Amino acid sequence: MRKVVRGFYSVAHSVKLCRPNVIAAYPITPQTEIVENLASMYANGELGDCEYVTAESEFGAASILVGASAAGARTFTATCSQGLILMSEVLINAAGMRLPIVLVNTNRALSAPLSIWNDHQDSMTLRDAGIMQIHVESNQEAHDMIPVAFKVAENQRVMLPFIINMDGYKLTHAYEPIELLEQETVDEFLPPYDPPIYMTTKNPLTFGCYAPPHCYAEFRVVMQNAMDRARNELEKAYGEWAEITGRNWGGHIATENVDDAELIAITMGSLTGMVRDVISELRNQGKKVGLLKIRSLRPFPAKEIRNALKDVEKILVFERAVSFGHEGPVGIEVKSACFGLTPEFYSFAVGLGGRDIPREEILKIIGDVYDGKVEQGFHFRTVKPFEEVIV
Amino acid sequence: MKVRITLGGVSKPHSSKNMKTGDWGTEYPVVDEETCTACRTCEYLCPDSCIVVVEKDEKKVAVPDYDYCKGCGVCFSVCPVDAIRMELKEVYKLEVC
Repeated sequence: MRKVVRGFYSVAHSVKLCRPNVIAAYPITPQTEIVENLASMYANGELGDCEYVTAESEFGAASILVGASAAGARTFTATCSQGLILMSEVLINAAGMRLPIVLVNTNRALSAPLSIWNDHQDSMTLRDAGIMQIHVESNQEAHDMIPVAFKVAENQRVMLPFIINMDGYKLTHAYEPIELLEQETVDEFLPPYDPPIYMTTKNPLTFGCYAPPHCYAEFRVVMQNAMDRARNELEKAYGEWAEITGRNWGGHIATENVDDAELIAITMGSLTGMVRDVISELRNQGKKVGLLKIRSLRPFPAKEIRNALKDVEKILVFERAVSFGHEGPVGIEVKSACFGLTPEFYSFAVGLGGRDIPREEILKIIGDVYDGKVEQGFHFRTVKPFEEVIV
Repeated sequence: MKVRITLGGVSKPHSSKNMKTGDWGTEYPVVDEETCTACRTCEYLCPDSCIVVVEKDEKKVAVPDYDYCKGCGVCFSVCPVDAIRMELKEVYKLEVC
């Protein structure tokens, strides 16, 4: 059924259809209305066999889900920014405990200075946590990826937490016509959670017990192996999703106009739409430019990215975060995937802390790189002239 | 022999009994049994339940459990009659010239 809804609802509706058993959450802008929608559904008795817990903090919310997941429940929460990093101590544990908690992160900048607006700095801090992470471009893609996330996280060959990243405000607050899923479609795609091990009051267990040096390393090897298997399972789930819904969002990456491209622009998240539009305009002017959208960040699709970039002359990455002391994090990843290839490389951090990213700026960046007017390396753009003073 | 890795580091109850953590610390508490009044202050406040008052030679005294004591020194700090002192483990004693 097609309805015009906000990003919040597109997530909440899909979560409801996944039949969660425990939702624990703490409000944080721009996530709050996701869990407000779920709380309303819970209060209206629409969530079936589900407990909704209002936690005292994000740390508490994540901890409640660790307990619930260890007891065999299908679990969900949503957060972002300071909330995500407050959860991080617990979520990194959940990864090691191999608990398939699914989380929507409505990407928001990190403090300080305080910002409630969008960039990708928050989820980048959890890049190495052992948590699967994908980025979505639209609210329909967010809606569609919730069942995919549960399916892959709970796959017994994987068993890892899953973060779906969607841009705060730019997606969450936006109204879009959404093809809302039907219960039968989700039931057909997503089987009930069948945990390989779970605790009960009669069968108490310790999750994530102490591992001295004689066995710790092996636990980390099996996490890496699980991520490697997740690469295939995720790809399979993307394909299966496209088959049953008719909406094909691509695999780990999605490419357009790359085959003969001299320049390929790389994006993640909601910026992709505008970059696609600019690429299409430049194509009409006869410029050989293409688009590569990264969907899966962890597991990282290095092979697919390398394959798409192997013949290109110029790589241009649009960054929404900074690894201070180095450069943009996506560029670092892309370059590692392209080791041994010798394209020119450019990356541009744009729209930090919700700074507007004008279409003409994207057009200028791509055009200037295409015409050889920019030095290779990492640049900040959409930044004003400034001077730093003491108060 | 292969190392056994459980999914998620899951273990059955009581496995910590076999996992002695007493070697983590640098110092260890020593109770002067003559001075100890068995007031149980250390027993109440030990964060790892590693010191308990027991009957010993017809006198009640506090006895540390060196299998799990991590040498935090809380018992030493709270003892109202200064019956507990902390000693450096042999392995950490180093002659410095």
